[in-house]
Amino acid sequence: MTVEAAAPILRVDHVTKRFGGLVAVDDVTFDVKKGEIFALIGPNGAGKTTLFNGITGIFPPTTGRVIFQDREITGAKPHQVATLGIARTFQNIRLFEYMSALDNVRLGQHCRMSAKLWDSLFKTPLERREERRVTDRAIELLKFVGIERYTHTYARNLPYGSQRRLEIARALATNPALLLLDEPAAGFTPQEKVELMGLVHKIVDNGVTVFLIEHDMKVVMGVSRRIVVLDHGEKIAEGTPEQVRNDQRVIEAYLGKQH
Amino acid sequence: MLRQFWERGPRRDPNTIAYVVLLVAAIFFPILVNVITGGNSSSIMTVAADAGVYVLLAIGLNVVVGFAGLLDLGYAAFFAIGAYTYAFLASDHMRVTPLGEPIHVSFWIVLVIAMFVAASFGVILGAPTLRLRGDYLAIVTLGFGEIVPRVFRNAAGWTSGVNGISALDIPSLPLWLQGPWSGDPFAVVPDFKIISSIGYYAIMVILVIICVILVRNLQRSRLGRAWMAVREDEVAAAAMGVNTVAVKLLAFSIGAAFSGFAGTYYAGKLSLVSPENFGFSVSITILVMVVLGGMGNIPGVITGALLVYYVIFVLLQQLPEFAVNFVTSIGLGGLVKSSGDYPGIAEFISRLKFLVFGLILVIVMLVRPQGLLPSRQREQELQKGVKEDTVIEDVNAETT
Amino acid sequence: MGTIGEAVRRRRSGLRAGVAGRILDFALIAIIAAFLILLGTKVVAQGGSFFVQILTFAVANGGIYALIALGYTMVYGIIELINFAHGDVFAFGAFLSGSLLPIFGLREGGAFTPVSAVALLAVFALTMLACAFLNISIERIAYRPLRHAPRLAPLITAVGVSFFLEGALFLWKGPSNVHYPNILPNAGFELFGATIGVKDLLVIGISLILMFALGLFVQRSRLGKAMRATAQDRDAALLMGIDIDRTIAATFFIGAILAGAGGTMYGLYYNTSVFDLGFSAGLVAFTAAVFGGIGNIYGAAIGGMVIGMIRTFWDGYFDSAWTDVMIFTILILVLIFRPTGLLGMRVPEK
Repeated sequence: MTVEAAAPILRVDHVTKRFGGLVAVDDVTFDVKKGEIFALIGPNGAGKTTLFNGITGIFPPTTGRVIFQDREITGAKPHQVATLGIARTFQNIRLFEYMSALDNVRLGQHCRMSAKLWDSLFKTPLERREERRVTDRAIELLKFVGIERYTHTYARNLPYGSQRRLEIARALATNPALLLLDEPAAGFTPQEKVELMGLVHKIVDNGVTVFLIEHDMKVVMGVSRRIVVLDHGEKIAEGTPEQVRNDQRVIEAYLGKQH
Repeated sequence: MLRQFWERGPRRDPNTIAYVVLLVAAIFFPILVNVITGGNSSSIMTVAADAGVYVLLAIGLNVVVGFAGLLDLGYAAFFAIGAYTYAFLASDHMRVTPLGEPIHVSFWIVLVIAMFVAASFGVILGAPTLRLRGDYLAIVTLGFGEIVPRVFRNAAGWTSGVNGISALDIPSLPLWLQGPWSGDPFAVVPDFKIISSIGYYAIMVILVIICVILVRNLQRSRLGRAWMAVREDEVAAAAMGVNTVAVKLLAFSIGAAFSGFAGTYYAGKLSLVSPENFGFSVSITILVMVVLGGMGNIPGVITGALLVYYVIFVLLQQLPEFAVNFVTSIGLGGLVKSSGDYPGIAEFISRLKFLVFGLILVIVMLVRPQGLLPSRQREQELQKGVKEDTVIEDVNAETT
Repeated sequence: MGTIGEAVRRRRSGLRAGVAGRILDFALIAIIAAFLILLGTKVVAQGGSFFVQILTFAVANGGIYALIALGYTMVYGIIELINFAHGDVFAFGAFLSGSLLPIFGLREGGAFTPVSAVALLAVFALTMLACAFLNISIERIAYRPLRHAPRLAPLITAVGVSFFLEGALFLWKGPSNVHYPNILPNAGFELFGATIGVKDLLVIGISLILMFALGLFVQRSRLGKAMRATAQDRDAALLMGIDIDRTIAATFFIGAILAGAGGTMYGLYYNTSVFDLGFSAGLVAFTAAVFGGIGNIYGAAIGGMVIGMIRTFWDGYFDSAWTDVMIFTILILVLIFRPTGLLGMRVPEK
């Protein structure tokens, strides 16, 4: 069940983001289709993370619209975006360092829990049941990403690769329809990269659309069917890995113009 | 099966021993005092019941500072609001105000009302300011803490100004059974006044136990995790679906509710409120208790509260007399008399209070920032100490 | 999902937020205008000479608050710490200079000769240096070790240091008001029926000179430029070869010099001080710094002037028991409605 459903899950529509005079993202438009692995690539400073921040509401776009599952989410607050079903990881891992791996993933389920202040204060049966469910689900997710042996370890004490995996588990805990991964393979060995690609495929097989930023062309080419290339905030190419690889502007952006 | 195995880790509470020790101490303390003083324990029990007020306050402030990481420097304002709520609703005082009619509501009902009143003020103050940077909240609360006692002092038409309000209703137990054991026939006395210091102590202990259970439940709930996450990384917490402003507002107003609750108990026991009892130094005292005991850890905070209370309200009170006896006994009796700027040893020692306070705060932060009995998280966070400056974008920044 | 749709609608365009901000600004202006109109009626009722008298007090008072506010704003600008102890450094300045005056032969009721002027200058210099030394020590002992600690930690030590200093002044001079020698001549001249004294001119003059000197220093000198660079981006400044520790220490030094001068002038002007003077004056000055836009030295100067004047006018024309309530209400309203202050810069959360 990969690309048979062609309906867009996320539409980025003429999005521009300015910081003062600096245009970080310049009139970018593309669709992410339901069930696919979609990649956003580009050299350093191309505006990839800024675009992620725009989608997730951390820094709303200056102009343009973001449409998720036919609903406009431009300017929604980050927690609203997450509740609607977009989860993300961060380029420079942002785990809750002094919480256990288990608690990190349990926190990810926060917006899917219904216990109110009253339930928490008096530990009502509803609260107990929900906590049990959330714990079970958290352990399931830790297993899914393959770090269950670190369940009770503080996040900061996990090895680097496992921290990236924990971040993915935490994001999956929000039960997203769309998962944004910001350079998930950064700093990985080739072996780890292969394992990560396997994990990404597993996530998609579970019905979650994956939209990832990657710096390493090889990872992207191997994992995704469709790619958008940003350079200096502008979209310079879009298409299959082959199309992008042979695109003159992409080659120039990555290798510099040969004059 | 498997779940229980996994759960054992996080569920195992390293504080169990601390709780047991505190509980046993609370139960045996009155007995011990009774034995030592030969049945004349009432003055000590009064002090102990007063200490309980500060324990309640510290537990409440711990929710704000320890759990959610918000600095509240005007905590005494909510304490004042709670106390005055009782004074207004349970005394003859309203007769002399523009209202003209006395109001007498039961102590137990006012406890609840005061919680809601204080929490409402917390919401009014917190809602617009919790969007702001962390230390702006500290300033807003500081300002609020300065405003509230001044308003109570200046609005003399309603509050009798500096004289305060006295002769508040003595709290009564809702129902009390009288029987042959007291030499009377069986009867239900509907209005059993609490007058013995042991009675106040017992009520205090029960209130503290209830509060500890509730706060502990909160800490281990969905909300407690969200507080911890917001304290560590607001942006990440928001991206995981936590409404950071709402969660912080809850912590802030729950803290305020505690303070209001403690204020009512305090007013009920003292039967008197005065605007002078709720100044900045009270807010700081409570903060010292929380920081010294170990932010975020309930038994730590209780211990901190008892310790600081003892130092300030017992030790420092007795120290001047002790110092006088001491210098006289070692032949330096000349130090007792005042001369020029020197006020004499007794006064000198009693003036040390502020200085000692300041020193405790600075030294604890420098030497043992995690406090005496820290929570596990805090211990890790603060021992490693050098948390590199990471630029955290303001989640709620308006992009203008 | 209703809330999300609503929020999205509310935030769809930046324009709306702008309008909301405009409305809040408008509300703030309306409040100030209402105050001014109320004041105006009182002024008319009480006559011109009283107004000129109050205005003179107000400007002098504003100058002193501006000097304290500058110290808050500079330290906040550079390390984002509310230096609670700053007000107490100011109070220390008032206490110390009061004790120094007799040592330098300046006594109450004595004639004020050119020699006394030199002696007074020496007292000023010594007090400013002592305050600077005190403030640098505070930074070194209580703040520097915590520079990378969680944000709450240095704020709590700052409160601790403030209490410590207040405790020390309390031990030194006790709980009641302390008389400060009145050494300046009581001479003055008449202006619109009000008396403008030597004191008024001295305080206004010195505060203006110091503020002007500070402005020149920050704009022109090497160290001043280093301060501005560090305030903007500490890491970048470090990469540019700026000695961060020294720059921060210099900021505390200069802030305390101004506070020391302010403390001396407070004593000379009001002839009284009290151990917790630093707490109340510090809060007012901090309000001024926030009002002007924390981190901005021009904002602090203007804010100090404005808040000082508001205070004095309120004291003069309304019930002074409510002055502090009003000042703190202003503080809260400014923080809520315009957290960047009048001239504030936007500081990202760290």
